[in-house]
Amino acid sequence: MSDPIYLDHNATTPVRAEVVEAMLPFLTQHFGNPSSSHIFGQRARHAVDQAREQIAAALGCKPHEILFTSGGTEANNLAIRGVTAALPYRKHVVTTAVEHPATAEPCNYLARNGYRVDRLGVDADGQVDLDELDRLVDTQTALVTILHAHNETGVIQPTLDIAKLAHRHSAVVHADVAQAIGKIAVNVEDLRVDLLSIAGHKLGAPKGVGALYVRTGTPLSPLLLGANHERGLRPGTENVASIVALGLACQLAVGELERNSGRIAGLRDNLWQSLQAGIPGMVCNGEASPRLPNTLSVRFPRVTGHAVLAAAPEIAASTGSACHDGSVTAPAVLLAMGVDASEAAGTVRLSLGRTTSLDDVQQAVGALVRSWRRVIEAGSHGGVDVEVTHVDLLAQR
Amino acid sequence: MAVQLPLYLDNHATTRCDPRVVAAMLPYFSENYGNAASKTHVFGRIAEEAVDKARRQLASLIGATTDKEIVFTSGATESDNLAIKGVAHMYRDKGDHLITLATEHKAVLDSHHALEREGFRTTFLGVKPDGLVDLDELKAAMTDQTILVSVMAVNNEIGVVQPLAEIGKICKERGVLFFCDAAQAVGKIPLNVEELGIDILAFTAHKMYGPKGIGALWVRRKAPRVRLEPLLHGGGHERGLRSGTLAVPMIVAFGEAAALAQSEMPNESKRILALRTRLYQGLQAKLEHIHLNGSWEHRAPGSLNVSFAYVEGESLLMGISDIAVSSGSACTSASLEPSYVLKALGVGDELAHTSIRFGIGRFNTEEDIDYTIGRVVEVVNRLRDMSPLWEMVQEGIDLSTVSWTGH
Repeated sequence: MSDPIYLDHNATTPVRAEVVEAMLPFLTQHFGNPSSSHIFGQRARHAVDQAREQIAAALGCKPHEILFTSGGTEANNLAIRGVTAALPYRKHVVTTAVEHPATAEPCNYLARNGYRVDRLGVDADGQVDLDELDRLVDTQTALVTILHAHNETGVIQPTLDIAKLAHRHSAVVHADVAQAIGKIAVNVEDLRVDLLSIAGHKLGAPKGVGALYVRTGTPLSPLLLGANHERGLRPGTENVASIVALGLACQLAVGELERNSGRIAGLRDNLWQSLQAGIPGMVCNGEASPRLPNTLSVRFPRVTGHAVLAAAPEIAASTGSACHDGSVTAPAVLLAMGVDASEAAGTVRLSLGRTTSLDDVQQAVGALVRSWRRVIEAGSHGGVDVEVTHVDLLAQR
Repeated sequence: MAVQLPLYLDNHATTRCDPRVVAAMLPYFSENYGNAASKTHVFGRIAEEAVDKARRQLASLIGATTDKEIVFTSGATESDNLAIKGVAHMYRDKGDHLITLATEHKAVLDSHHALEREGFRTTFLGVKPDGLVDLDELKAAMTDQTILVSVMAVNNEIGVVQPLAEIGKICKERGVLFFCDAAQAVGKIPLNVEELGIDILAFTAHKMYGPKGIGALWVRRKAPRVRLEPLLHGGGHERGLRSGTLAVPMIVAFGEAAALAQSEMPNESKRILALRTRLYQGLQAKLEHIHLNGSWEHRAPGSLNVSFAYVEGESLLMGISDIAVSSGSACTSASLEPSYVLKALGVGDELAHTSIRFGIGRFNTEEDIDYTIGRVVEVVNRLRDMSPLWEMVQEGIDLSTVSWTGH
């Protein structure tokens, strides 16, 4: 069997050929440690500096405001733990009820350690309520942390308005833009945020590298301790080859944004319309909200998303976030949007990418419609355990 | 074979990625690019299988009984932080005292300093003039409040190998956990966590011909079962101990580097040891007043740290700029302070400022060593000829009796 059609670009993306090409010399040729003062070290240092400039140009910030991390999870942990540690007299954090675990879990950690953590709810279209935020933020708030574009639904939050509101009380604002960068315009001045997390592997760079933008003057304590790499905020020998890859991938993704996102949005809309035509009663999650151009989160009626994907091995997609996949559960984000648990369990996330073609989309539609019909006919829609799941999820929240 | 310049002889700072390692990782960038946590499709399963294979390769290299004990991290610094802070926070009820050496890596020392700010107490043991820990001092430092002893396997600056089996035995007798930072040791000297009685082991790929940005922490699961508080919270990867999407290509590379190290170590370590001996003997034969820093017997094969009296280290480095060596740890090379490791050995500031760390590795040849001997001898002699101190020494003046006037 040939490879399945990959519609899971929000889980991870293939590394671009030119990016692999750019990083290879830094493994076997210019392999020095950037902290070394000799020529091997100098070449590596220069490459890291250049990548920092590329990323800064992509985000509209200064190079020294970029810290390299091992990925999005570390960037989020550093932002959340680092800001709160640096502002010990502010014991309040505001986040949303629909965060990625890399934000939700560090917030839960703070809650277990004496912090007041408020989680903003979302409406039926997945958006937070600015009035609720206004009521919650006060002079005790250290940090407002928000998932700018949702990994499962693609729904984009009004991050600029959130930042303005939070800044009235001098709270620090962090946005996780791992899913957004390269898909929509992301600029630190347009969003007015103080910290931004990015993850290389979501935009054509390898797994294991990410970055945190830290606006000059933002209070931040390091999470890891050791030597003085990254201005003392993130020790550890720089992951030179992957950093080179991240720099180039950011530059390419942002440079090609207009061209790619228009094309991909067209394919996504085509996918949605074709699915809708083939599957009566199908719903798009967050349809009324501004969304990422590549993401389509749909609910298949009367079946679980898991059953649909299991019967369509020619499609690679996911039912929830890949990071916490594996069991037939209704995605928490949909429950937070007020979707009934049994309906929510029908969700499949189809996320397109740079390599997705019209042919891929057409084949995917055929496969998914056939699969849905097979599942319905077999009666193996798996709806029985959904109620239990719902209770479990509520307990978690 | 002609020597290729610039010549790399700084394999403690980092190593060149082995081309075989690069070949192994390449398919996982653009073909098998799945997220190992994706359970719904074949891309994810291929990634997960690749990660599992690497886990087995690492476990095998360090003699671990199960691959489930390997936790992937971003490198040794993160592994050190996770081990030390993770144990301290998890075992706080059992005690508040930790023991480590004054000659440990910065990541280990600073993790202890951070814990001290939280109310933990640390004993930073000194070392003997040969760089090794005094086992009686270690025993004497232990109290009923001691929860962790952290001792590195091979020192990153001077290359000495600590008596790990003895330390492991002492820790076991006292019921104290033993953490070992083995970043400079794994893949270079035989190291078996079961035989050495180690409970937690940190290591990293880029010191053993793998890429930067990937490391591991081995955490004992049985007798005793070691528990750690995680540093990074999130999707619950690595059994909840380390969240974050697994860096599949890097992990595959780390696994391959481990497999290569395991199969090649018996021959490679002999060959490298012969090169190191050749280097030291060559320097000794042609230069007076050179001092070996750290034990000769208890030393990793590729490590040599030598002080060249009456020669300023930085001038020597500049004089041999076509050879990449360092005056100490790369991580602290920006600092002009003499090495804290050499200070702990009792090396005076004068001699410490003249030290050079040579790190011989897999890709070095006999020609490299001979070229290095020639260049170092030439530059040391030239610098000494320009040195008034050296002139005085040659005239037989004992410099320690000279009283200097300020200016």
